[in-house]
Amino acid sequence: MGHPAPVQEVAVAVIKAWSSMWWSWLLLGVFLTGAVLGAVLPDDRAEAMYHYYEGGGVDVSGPAVLVRRSFEDQVSLSGSYYVDTISSASVDVVTGGSPYTDKRSEYGLGMDYLYGNTTMGLNLGLSEESDYRSESYHLNVSQEFFAGMSTLNLGYSRSDDTVSRNGTDFSAGINRHHFRLGLSQIISPKLMMSLDYEGITDDGYLSNPYRSARILGAAVPERYPGARTSNALALRGVQYLEHGASVALGYRYFEDTWGVRGHTYELEYRQYYRDDWQLGGHYRYYGQSAASFYQDDFDTEYNYMARDKELSSFNDQSLGFSITDGRFGFSYDYVMYDYKNFSDLRLGKSGLYSFNSNVLQMSYAMKF
Amino acid sequence: MRYAMILLPLVLWGCTAPEPWVKPYERGYLADPIMQYPATTLGGRYREHVNEVREGSRGASSAGAGGGCGCN
Repeated sequence: MGHPAPVQEVAVAVIKAWSSMWWSWLLLGVFLTGAVLGAVLPDDRAEAMYHYYEGGGVDVSGPAVLVRRSFEDQVSLSGSYYVDTISSASVDVVTGGSPYTDKRSEYGLGMDYLYGNTTMGLNLGLSEESDYRSESYHLNVSQEFFAGMSTLNLGYSRSDDTVSRNGTDFSAGINRHHFRLGLSQIISPKLMMSLDYEGITDDGYLSNPYRSARILGAAVPERYPGARTSNALALRGVQYLEHGASVALGYRYFEDTWGVRGHTYELEYRQYYRDDWQLGGHYRYYGQSAASFYQDDFDTEYNYMARDKELSSFNDQSLGFSITDGRFGFSYDYVMYDYKNFSDLRLGKSGLYSFNSNVLQMSYAMKF
Repeated sequence: MRYAMILLPLVLWGCTAPEPWVKPYERGYLADPIMQYPATTLGGRYREHVNEVREGSRGASSAGAGGGCGCN
């Protein structure tokens, strides 16, 4: 028996490769320790919503529906439909194009499968408008462990987008990959915390075929890098308060290879009113730095040039309230956007752009 | 010997795996609908979409994976 049999060699090689991947041990450990408390599928329910957004010369409204139904306590199917009816006379459109109307429809189909303490989900999405189409696939695995006190979430999404420009033959693609890793942790009988990471990579045509940059005041087509990678890390906590209330706090840090750094702070409070109703108030602050190739007005031509206000340095603040009885729901937000280096060209040289918007949603949910 | 007396409890503590300290019957408050954020799936997704379209940041949202862009 001087030489091991080939089968043994293969087995040894597999075991060596397996043991060198530290994360596989982590996963194995997670699966083995999770066999104490059963995870559950999301509730069977139907939700219908009407949403309305108005601000900065843009109106977007439409219906949305979501239906979720489980079978044999192991499989849950979901379907969703969402519509944005857009009428835009935004600052970009008014100063560099003409007002337009469009309609975006989004369809979603999902299946969740529960096995022990593991939930596996597959979702398909399709979003269509006259000059943008996106097909997406989402995979999620969620594993409860530590007697149900901890939940590990792993996710991957991919989307294939097609950008076009109405009235021309222009068409270009974008590939996008998302990687998600999250941990939810019960800290005490009244406190729950979660830490979530999401990395996204895009490559393809990432600019906007309609928008222009400026060189010494003259409009030129925008030019973006063909790739972008971003990282987002969020920490959130929800605390139950004695008088039938809860408070949620969240912070998210964002960075990408274009030089954008973003900070999001969220605070929301809800409390019961006359047993059935929940009244809530929320505040959100968001601030970001500009992309390295963003300028309001370039002094000369550069390889990359953007004048997208979403890539400029700005902040926004939302203040809102919500009311629901578990079936009927209404929520309103007032949002203020303040740009630091994006001029409103209608105001002449020195006028920085700012606008306020009203966002509302009305919904009806049914459990069955 | 003195070191051993300090080290021994530490080693023993290190060997003991932490026990789950919030029992299933103590999770009533956590399961209350008031603790659910976002309150509704569609509402959470919508708010996320409104922000993502107008801001440079993206990802790690509380609403989970969405689809589509509507960015143009």
